[in-house]
Amino acid sequence: MTLLRHLAVAVGAGLILLALSVKVTPYRDYQIAEVAAYVVAVAGLTVLIGLSGQISVGNGAFMAVGGYAGALLLIHQSWPLALVFAASAVIAAAAGAIFGLAAARLRGPYLAGATLMLAVALPSLADQYTGVFGGDQGLSASITTPAFLGATFPPTRWQAWLTCAAALITLVLLANLRRSRVGRSWRAVRDDEVAAALSGLNVARLQILAFVVSAACAGLGGALLAVVTGIVAPGAYTLTLSIGLLTAAVLGGLGSLPGAVWGSLVLVLVPTYLTNVTASHGLSGAASSSVPIAAYGVVLIVVMLVFPAGIQGALRRIFGPAAPAAAVPLNALRRRRPASEHEEEGIHEKIT
Amino acid sequence: MRRSPKTRLGAVAAVAAVALAAAACGSSGSPSGSKALTASAPGITPSQILIGSHQPLTGVAAPGYDEIAPASNAYFQYVNAHGGIYGRKIVYKYLNDQYDPTDTASVVHQLVLQDNVYAIFNGLGTPTHLAVVKYLNSSKVPDVFVASGCECWNAPGTYPDTFGWQLDYIREGKILGSYIKQHFAGKKIGYFYQDDEFGMDGVKGLNYELPKSQVVASESYNPAVTNVAPQVTALKAAGAQVVVSFSVPAFTALLKLTSLKLSFSPQLVVSDVGSDPITLAGLLQSFAKQGGATVSGNALTQGIITDGYLPSLGDTSNSWIQLFTKLHSKYLPKLPLDGNVAYGLAVGYTFVQAMLKAGRNPSRQDLINAINGGLPQGAAVAPYAYSSSDHNGITGAYMAVVKNGVLVPTGPVQVTDDSPTGAITTETAAQPAAPASGIPSP
Amino acid sequence: MQEFIEFTLGGIASGMIYAAIALSLVLIWRGTRVLNYSQGGMAMFTTYVAWLVIRHTGSYWAGFAAALASGLVLGALCERSVVRPTEGRSPLNSVIVTIGLLIFLEGLAGVIYGGQYRSFPAAYSLNGLKIGKFALGISPNDLFTAGAVLAAALALALVFRYTSAGLRLRATAFSPVVARLLGVRIGRVLTLGWALAGLFGALAGVLVTPSTFLYPNSMDSIFVLGFTAAVIGGLDSPGGAVAGGVLLGVVLSYAGGYLGNDLVLLYGLVVLALVLMVRPSGLFSAPRTRRV
Repeated sequence: MTLLRHLAVAVGAGLILLALSVKVTPYRDYQIAEVAAYVVAVAGLTVLIGLSGQISVGNGAFMAVGGYAGALLLIHQSWPLALVFAASAVIAAAAGAIFGLAAARLRGPYLAGATLMLAVALPSLADQYTGVFGGDQGLSASITTPAFLGATFPPTRWQAWLTCAAALITLVLLANLRRSRVGRSWRAVRDDEVAAALSGLNVARLQILAFVVSAACAGLGGALLAVVTGIVAPGAYTLTLSIGLLTAAVLGGLGSLPGAVWGSLVLVLVPTYLTNVTASHGLSGAASSSVPIAAYGVVLIVVMLVFPAGIQGALRRIFGPAAPAAAVPLNALRRRRPASEHEEEGIHEKIT
Repeated sequence: MRRSPKTRLGAVAAVAAVALAAAACGSSGSPSGSKALTASAPGITPSQILIGSHQPLTGVAAPGYDEIAPASNAYFQYVNAHGGIYGRKIVYKYLNDQYDPTDTASVVHQLVLQDNVYAIFNGLGTPTHLAVVKYLNSSKVPDVFVASGCECWNAPGTYPDTFGWQLDYIREGKILGSYIKQHFAGKKIGYFYQDDEFGMDGVKGLNYELPKSQVVASESYNPAVTNVAPQVTALKAAGAQVVVSFSVPAFTALLKLTSLKLSFSPQLVVSDVGSDPITLAGLLQSFAKQGGATVSGNALTQGIITDGYLPSLGDTSNSWIQLFTKLHSKYLPKLPLDGNVAYGLAVGYTFVQAMLKAGRNPSRQDLINAINGGLPQGAAVAPYAYSSSDHNGITGAYMAVVKNGVLVPTGPVQVTDDSPTGAITTETAAQPAAPASGIPSP
Repeated sequence: MQEFIEFTLGGIASGMIYAAIALSLVLIWRGTRVLNYSQGGMAMFTTYVAWLVIRHTGSYWAGFAAALASGLVLGALCERSVVRPTEGRSPLNSVIVTIGLLIFLEGLAGVIYGGQYRSFPAAYSLNGLKIGKFALGISPNDLFTAGAVLAAALALALVFRYTSAGLRLRATAFSPVVARLLGVRIGRVLTLGWALAGLFGALAGVLVTPSTFLYPNSMDSIFVLGFTAAVIGGLDSPGGAVAGGVLLGVVLSYAGGYLGNDLVLLYGLVVLALVLMVRPSGLFSAPRTRRV
């Protein structure tokens, strides 16, 4: 039943997006495509952090793996697009498995540090093996609009269709995963690792699985974004990207799939909006190009302070009853200590 | 009757004066009865021409490069204040991409799809512009005067609407290599280069000219890591007497400072990209005030050998430099008059040349045809290569040495091509002077 | 041999710079359990303050003092205004808030000072030191940097261990509820912790900036390496921060010198991975009890 419900929601959303993509301008279609690509990656990350309680500041690296895999497949093979995307996700998942294995014992800020270094270091592989990876210039990752759509079909609309379809499929799969036993096991580990281990859950395997899932999503998102922007290059996978994914996941609402959508919308639309607003006030020139940057920082702070449970958390409070929401992962950053020493770890009081 | 020479001279003078006056009357003033201005292409209205660009205005790649677009814009404002392009004003919308190709794709899609710009002008950066070059060509948007020295813009078959402008890095490497071969024969050479296509293309050009046996070390650096001590130590250990540096100004400065620390003093030969004396002096100026040391910002740049494809800013008798100085003091007083500003002004001038050649009511293809037909030299010291089979820009440069904060040319302009065996020849024609009005003639 | 010595000493010198950043991260983590992602940005901002003072007064040490003072103020200000409301919430909220703070500070610096490089002076000479004819590959300024970092680490360790303020800091981080029950003014302690971290960050900024040049994003890449050094050493240990910094600096120096410079960051990742695989909480963290 859960599956049917999720599918129904997805189909409904898909129809709405289809209608929307036809009505709006080609530029808006491009933005829809960008947002959808990020939704895939952010959804994987929000599952990793929100459900399994592990922090990653490095999912941009997995996006790079998926992006490069997709670009290389597009260049060297003539597989159908769906297969290219699936393969990119699988390759990124493998990278996630390797990293998850290496990092299985890490918790909290140490895991954060490891993922941070991964995000910074992995793209530099492309600079080293320039023959395969194209070096700093990168590789082209463009696709052509299928012939059956006609010659005047805007390419950006086709990109929007592709990415939205991928995003909806991903969201359905993740939603089912959340409701499944794996999802429940993840939440158990997140909330109390020792108790989960005592009740027979294989903690390490679950942690690695979470990394695999989030890396697969990031890889698919990376391949989608590569196709939308038309290039993969190290400069596209800087730390800023990983930070952006994290920001989108938390702002949208950790652990929540609709939150991934809100977060991606903020990530793509707010900086452009702020730049346009600044420009329309007649400010131009080098110093004032920093104004939208400063404003974006303020937006992040304000949204986080006003909506501590993210945008989805706020919406839930306004519109819905207090559903068993994705609980705030209290221990995502704290060091694990044996349960006996810290009975009060579960209590949180606002410090005045 | 014999006329005195003075009378005859007077008659000749009178005739000449009348003839000149007639010619002046004929060409002065706007031709009345000329065609009306129409909206002949996307981005062109009867009153304005809208062009766009992507630039790193913030972020790690911004320092220095964020001066280029305002400088070009300053030149456009000057032209707008003096009649514009056939009466139309140029509106230059340059958006920030923070040197991230994903952002480049976003802003260029916005400029093309939402703002409907006529052309993309001077898009900056190689990995960034590579993200959009296919899209621009498939959308048939003119992509003119890319701000990058990659030879990838010279592909008239694949990218018919894309044109380079600046001296490309392979040509530059050849010119520097040839100079070193002549003046430092037998000396040990070390390379210090950025690990992207800027550095690698430069090294490629150097290797076309320099014999392998002379090169004792080849050290690359990653711009994300500011510690270059390992590289400089390796250069020193190899005994390099001349170090050729394809580096951006920050890393040229770091190379110099680290060499000081390691007591290593090779002859530095630096790419034009990283040798602007004013930028370098600004970076190094704090290290002038050392306890006991007598170095000064300028002293640290003294003697650096480099090349230049625009006239030296120290050559105040050059008509182009006089024009740049005038524009800078009027429109850009807050910026230093350095290499980046000169670059922006010069490439803006080239765009105006091309637009004037494109005609009163140009389509997008008219601009492409105008450049394919070749452009006059403008502020560059060497001719452009523009033709329908060659989309490269400036073809040569002069060698110079940094003395007291300015480039002092040490030889004539050398012109070459991108190929491994293409000869390096001396340019004999002098650089044409800047027009008195500062605006090219149509 | 000469090369080896130069690589080693150069690696230690650059490692001290990473240690400087790591120290302030350790302070914030140990005192407040917050990952301060804006540490580098705060250091950049205080270095701009120093730069302004130096420009107007001509005195380096006046600027140095101004940086440290503004670090104290900036740290306290950030904690009270922006980080305090996240206390008690998910730890990730404070991470996002500090990310927003970093972006804001970088944008603000760009607006006030513009994006171009500014030259920032070093305390002492940058000319290389020699023993006779043998060049060591380090300068008097490197020695000053190392000394300052070691003094700061020592001061931090002493504060944590022997002062009541340090005890309160540690207690607050360990268990805020119990600390409050025991009469610790949590709010004041958190502000103090951030103020001190601002101070140490400012120190790191003035030590680092001569070689990165001052511009709004000047501390971005150094921050990553400093964070890595802190993780390698163990986020609870000031000595670990120094050890982690030196280890990272030396390894990167050898790797860059002998193996090639394109993959320097990857070597850093390898070092981090190796250390964390053996000791998941860093080199000098307290031994962890075995979990079931």
